[in-house]
Amino acid sequence: MTDLTRLTLAEARDGLTKKQFTSTELTLAFLTAIEKGNATLNAYVLPVPEHALAQAKTSDSRLAKGDARPLEGLPLGIKDLFATKGIRTTACSTILDDFKPTYESTVTQNLWDAGAVMLGKLNCDEFAMGSSNETSAFGPVVNPWRRNGKDGKPSTDRLVPGGSSGGSSAAVSANLCLAATATDTGGSIRQPAALTGTVGIKPTYGRCSRWGTVAFASSLDQAGPIAKTVRDSAIMLRHMSSHDLKDSTSVDTPVPDYEAELGRGIKGLRVGVPREYRVEGMSAEIDALWQKGIAWLKAAGATIHDISLPHTKYALPAYYIVAPAECSSNLARYDGVRYGLRVPGKDLTETYENTRAAGFGKEVKRRILIGTYVLSAGYYDAYYIKAQKVRTLIKRDFDEAWEKVDVVLTPTTPSPAFAAGEKSGDPLAMYLEDIFTVTVNMAGLPGISVPAGLSSQGTPLGLQLIGKPFDEGTLLRASQAIEDAAGRFPVPTRWWES
Amino acid sequence: MQVDQATVRRIARLARIKISDDEAKGLEGELSGILKWVEQLGEVDTVGVEPMTRVVPIELKQRKDIVCDGEIADDVTRNAPVSENHFFVVPKVVE
Repeated sequence: MTDLTRLTLAEARDGLTKKQFTSTELTLAFLTAIEKGNATLNAYVLPVPEHALAQAKTSDSRLAKGDARPLEGLPLGIKDLFATKGIRTTACSTILDDFKPTYESTVTQNLWDAGAVMLGKLNCDEFAMGSSNETSAFGPVVNPWRRNGKDGKPSTDRLVPGGSSGGSSAAVSANLCLAATATDTGGSIRQPAALTGTVGIKPTYGRCSRWGTVAFASSLDQAGPIAKTVRDSAIMLRHMSSHDLKDSTSVDTPVPDYEAELGRGIKGLRVGVPREYRVEGMSAEIDALWQKGIAWLKAAGATIHDISLPHTKYALPAYYIVAPAECSSNLARYDGVRYGLRVPGKDLTETYENTRAAGFGKEVKRRILIGTYVLSAGYYDAYYIKAQKVRTLIKRDFDEAWEKVDVVLTPTTPSPAFAAGEKSGDPLAMYLEDIFTVTVNMAGLPGISVPAGLSSQGTPLGLQLIGKPFDEGTLLRASQAIEDAAGRFPVPTRWWES
Repeated sequence: MQVDQATVRRIARLARIKISDDEAKGLEGELSGILKWVEQLGEVDTVGVEPMTRVVPIELKQRKDIVCDGEIADDVTRNAPVSENHFFVVPKVVE
């Protein structure tokens, strides 16, 4: 039999419908791949084989009866930021300890209602704070891609898979699941997708419910998928999205059939190229990739327009006020009283202080302290209100751009995957990873990263498309044009299997 | 903005995180670096600009003020490190 784990989500769906294999066979193929590969890659923090096989069995009986739901029997990985009922959920932080939610997140419930199978919980940066998956309490994730070594053989350097959704990006590119859920607060879906040759879409703020997803920065957090192809992303996004009465910021607009829109092409689409993204010190290969993307879209019938987004350079510093401020407020709930870890002290205050000192990692503490500082008396206006005003200007830049163009094309990251440890000693160097992605969160817009080529080191690079609010359909169509031209980027060998 | 170790300690106290002398020393430099970097926002003219309160202009929804959930004390206390009869147990706070 062919290797089922290499199938795309759409191919697996069609194979199940045609009864070429069963969901149990498909699920077992992934469970075996996880067993062989996870010790090296560390993509899963909790595989749930028994749970997966039980779901697959149910799916097989529905498939046999001709009663299949849209994602019937398709095995997925779930970022450990989504609450899963009765199954340990930690946000990859020590402070949540052995937390087993008594409820299910809306996004994952939507997937189970559509018939999907859960293979396990995926690694991520602690509380989704990081760009390399090095801040996880469960240790770093290894990128399935390797650099070219000087001798022509693959280098032994361990590369990061991006972050915060590094377990999701690594698992998808290593064929340890068909597709995965992820979340994006400043680039945490798009940057890891770019670094692993996968497709990642962060939808418009409000498209997916945030209920039951561990909160980091509530005005920026959005869920979305990481998948092998544009089509798979379209399928996943449709079934993750919903209007939810349990999240007052979720939006009551119908969810389109994104997959059906893919075939419509992009003739006449107006593509904006923002001059402010041509940042100082941008590498020649990133620039060349960007020019290639422009040429591909032009060849597919789009028109190209130079545009200006003047406040671009202020998005990252404004983000590093808004996101820590919201994080310090959201993470106040981890008090050692209601759930998770408790480290006793002589009184209640010392219990809080001991618990939070032991439970949070270095980067999370750093962000809580920055957030506490910018929200503290005397500084609130100078930092937080100022940043929110800049945010209004960033959104206004895009509102003006939408009068001239339908989508905006940029690189996803300033550089390809870097080695573990290369940036972890310098918070500012790590923060710059999000320079091209963070504006999208600040303005609440949808953004997608599509693999577009390989770096001189032989590792993947991505292009980002940014769209109008709730216009994910157009984004996916334009992404399809890039994928059609660039091809797909599967990992060359399964070197990680033991 | 340059923060000193006393400020780092004050902030950590507000955030209820115990920090060691070594950590305070390290954070002094890191926080100062980040705060200095965000100061570039001072270049932006924001006179007359409203601070953003929401990215998508939707009316906040309201629902009827009725009980629609409850009687789940077991669930609420299930993950508590220490609980007793549906109460969270904490160190004594009133002498």
